[in-house]
Amino acid sequence: MSYVQGLKCRECAREYPKEPVNICEFCFGPLEVVYDYEAIGKVLSRELIASRMPNMWRYVELLPLDEAPTVGHDVGFTPLVRADNLARALGVSELYVKNDAVSYPTLSFKDRVVAVAVSKAREFGFDTVACASTGNLANAVAACAASAGLNSYIFIPSDLEQGKVLGTQIFGTNLVAVRGTYDDVNRLCTEIADKYCWAFVNINIRPFYAEGSKAYAFEIAEQLGWRTPQHIVVPMAGGSLITKVHKAFKEFAQLGLIEAAKTRIYGAQAAGCSPIVTAVKHETDLFKPVKPKTIAKSLAIGNPADGYYAIQTMTQSGGWGEDVTDAEIIAAMKLLAETEGIFTETAGGVTVGVTKKLIEQGRIPRDESIVICITGNGLKTQEALHGELTEQHLIDAKLTSFEALLVEKEAQV
Amino acid sequence: MAVKVRIPTPLRSLTEGQAEVAADGKTVQEMIENLENRYAGIRERICDENGRLRRFVNLYLNDEDIRFLSDLDTELHDGDTLSIVPAIAGG
Repeated sequence: MSYVQGLKCRECAREYPKEPVNICEFCFGPLEVVYDYEAIGKVLSRELIASRMPNMWRYVELLPLDEAPTVGHDVGFTPLVRADNLARALGVSELYVKNDAVSYPTLSFKDRVVAVAVSKAREFGFDTVACASTGNLANAVAACAASAGLNSYIFIPSDLEQGKVLGTQIFGTNLVAVRGTYDDVNRLCTEIADKYCWAFVNINIRPFYAEGSKAYAFEIAEQLGWRTPQHIVVPMAGGSLITKVHKAFKEFAQLGLIEAAKTRIYGAQAAGCSPIVTAVKHETDLFKPVKPKTIAKSLAIGNPADGYYAIQTMTQSGGWGEDVTDAEIIAAMKLLAETEGIFTETAGGVTVGVTKKLIEQGRIPRDESIVICITGNGLKTQEALHGELTEQHLIDAKLTSFEALLVEKEAQV
Repeated sequence: MAVKVRIPTPLRSLTEGQAEVAADGKTVQEMIENLENRYAGIRERICDENGRLRRFVNLYLNDEDIRFLSDLDTELHDGDTLSIVPAIAGG
């Protein structure tokens, strides 16, 4: 059933067989999965996709497995919410939220990439999976490894939110907190991956892993009625998701499943870690690594592996990049929650805040269709909101006590 | 200046399989030339045709990315360790 022909260097086009490798031996460029689109085009249709179960595997021909998936059967097909209240607040006419805050099973879009990576790791015969993570990936790998009966090693920076730490530990993994930033963790893991024969989902399995993100965008196109939005705003950490959103839309267009994709793609970062956005604003394709300092820890990657391609995605699609401060992130989390009833993590605050900014700047027109990519859940980053919300009211279990409160509240109005 | 250089797997075919080699140079640039003299072909794997560090190669001097220092002009001292690490990972 596989339509994968092999791997190919994105930089120098050298070809490689389907193996657990992620970089070109010659130029260190990233390897990409090569599909037989002609063969896929002969079998894949809107009708076939629509006839399948509502999960990410309805697009299985465009995902890089050689055999049927063995884990993560129920991942994907999260709601695309028509966000009319938020649209009114932002002064736009057609706005949607693709809500992976409710991704199954670990409440972030990383469930998608991990479902592909761990299925692939099993195909390759690995007994241990591993990752370097800012938190969401840690949760997803630990959960998926548990359900697959594989050993797992998870490496995180030592300053992560409790929700992300507990949400990893519960699965009985080997959790290693590293003193340093995500970039330090990542570098350490690159050396560990070199030495130990493990399936590091975002290192040696990375070409396959990253393809899982495409399902997020395939779903958007299908849920919009087989079309792409005119504008989409995507959060950026390593920069992989934004490039895969672009790739997914292009693949659907190439296969005739949608009209030509003309979506403008915008990248969102926190002001405290915005190497990719800074490069876009300076109109250069070279980004300078930074030392992150932001509450949006899931986006705190100072040296983004796909930064270069993320910049190209934004500029080639006619999009742009923008960043928001920690205060703007919190305000945007509250705005999304109070208008649409969706509690996203700090990264979602970044995306909503950047969308607001781009609309106010006139970069995104008010009368065209817009999708905001929400990729994680607010219950995991509660620390960011301590002291930022209206206090709860404490009363005695007496009606008089409650009514005294009502009087007090009325007096405040 | 005598420094230690850690070699990633894809480059070990050029260093007779060694994961760590010694090299000399006052700067990172000189160190790369020194490596090239002994392990012909290694320079073009690290640097592009304009002599700049390749886009997908990270060089760390004692755990600090040289792009936070003076890039290829970063000065070296006896006993320093330089790590060549592929950039495509993570995220």
